Amino acid sequence: MAACSIEDVLAKAEQDEAEKLKSITVQKELDLEFDIGNLVAYDKNRIDIRQFREQKKDDFLRSLARDNTQLLINEIWKHPTERVEEVIVVKLPEPTTALPREKPPPKPRPPTKWEEFAKLKGIQKKKKTNLVWDDVAKNELHRLRNIARAQKIKVPGVGLTPTAQQSTTDLSRAVNVAKVSTASAGKFQDRLPKEKAPRNTGKKRKFQPVIGNFSSEKQRQLDLLKVMDSKKPRLDVNKAVNKQMREDDREESAAKFRKGGKKGRKGGHFSGKGGGGKGKGGGKGKGGGGKGRAGGKGQGPPGGKKGAGKR
Amino acid sequence: MRPLTDDETKTMFEKLSKYIGENIKHLVDRPDGTYCFRLHNDRVYYISETILKLATNISRGKLVSVGTCFGKFTKTIKFRLHITALDFLAPYAKFKVWVKPGQEQSFLYGNHVLKSGLGRITENTNQYQGVVVYSMADVPLVSWPSPFTYCPLSNQISQHIALPLHILSIIQSNQSTYSPPPSHTVHYPIKSVNI
Repeated sequence: MAACSIEDVLAKAEQDEAEKLKSITVQKELDLEFDIGNLVAYDKNRIDIRQFREQKKDDFLRSLARDNTQLLINEIWKHPTERVEEVIVVKLPEPTTALPREKPPPKPRPPTKWEEFAKLKGIQKKKKTNLVWDDVAKNELHRLRNIARAQKIKVPGVGLTPTAQQSTTDLSRAVNVAKVSTASAGKFQDRLPKEKAPRNTGKKRKFQPVIGNFSSEKQRQLDLLKVMDSKKPRLDVNKAVNKQMREDDREESAAKFRKGGKKGRKGGHFSGKGGGGKGKGGGKGKGGGGKGRAGGKGQGPPGGKKGAGKR
Repeated sequence: MRPLTDDETKTMFEKLSKYIGENIKHLVDRPDGTYCFRLHNDRVYYISETILKLATNISRGKLVSVGTCFGKFTKTIKFRLHITALDFLAPYAKFKVWVKPGQEQSFLYGNHVLKSGLGRITENTNQYQGVVVYSMADVPLVSWPSPFTYCPLSNQISQHIALPLHILSIIQSNQSTYSPPPSHTVHYPIKSVNI
């Protein structure tokens, strides 16, 4: 009994082993079609009906599935593998089966208001180019260049050469240049009643930089001061005259003192502002000098009292 | 901010030389540093080189003033001195007029200096000479509306004037009487660099 059971067990074990080690090769009449990208295998083999009926249905289907899976996996292993973090991974190719749409296709967007309007009016899109071939201007420019070269003068600036279409700025510039091109540089050219004076003609004012060369700036200022000093007259007329007058005063007073007091007091002519006293500082500087002196000399001792009081 | 052109420098120097004569070169050429004149918004500023270099970091619209304002150029390019220049003109002034304490206040409020208020005066002051007025304590004075004064009668003449109330120093009015006092309130966004 035990022997039988042992044999049975062994046999069973062998069978199990055999099943496990079933060959990986599978025989099929028709080869399977594979779409490895979608991990799909199409089996177009006929199913044997008799075999299907003989076996248990379950087992038949299971073995069929097993065979096909084996073939599929064989096919997968044919593709290049790589190792990603201790796992062997197969790089799948692109799927070949066209899968149907998941969502419905997009509807065409409705035309905008402008598009509708344009269609209604028949307006088409026009592209404008920046540059236009200007035959006339080119000719003109070349002609003037030739003339300039021949006569060795310079070509006139923009706006002065005649072109087909001139902008307002060009025209205004041409007008201004023409106005200045007279014998007296436009000084006597009248303007039209509503014409405005041209602004921004000429060069822009240029100033020295804020932080320039300090020493040169200093030098320039000192030179300027020197020039200013030199222009001042060395002899200050006022000063000279006043000095002279002061000298005269001192002389007069000294002379008067020497002559004595009493005589001076008796006489007392006071001839107004100009000769006031002994011609001291008569009036304003310029005219006063001569007048004062003359007055003073004429007066002499008289009028001494007042003068003395002043001092 | 820009340096002055030659014409502008000349006009300014002529005005300054009325008060300090040839001492302008002491302002231009200083032993203790490079100082220069710069024009900003028609006003002339006297700045040291270091301050100038700092001031260039401030944009034109935001810069209110730099250094010391000496004066400004009017629309007809005449130069008007401002009282802020007094600190620099007073030590170099050639002709000075000292005012008695009684007359001091009167002068500060804009009246002319009369002969009765005259303390001292430098010798040889010519007629119409630009002078700087001092108090008896040697403090330079300046009145509003007009910072600087000139002498309408020369020193020599004034000695012999009969009346004590003769006007001796006429204030050189340079602004209309309706202009605000010199401490301007500025309405620009503030960023001023001052020594």
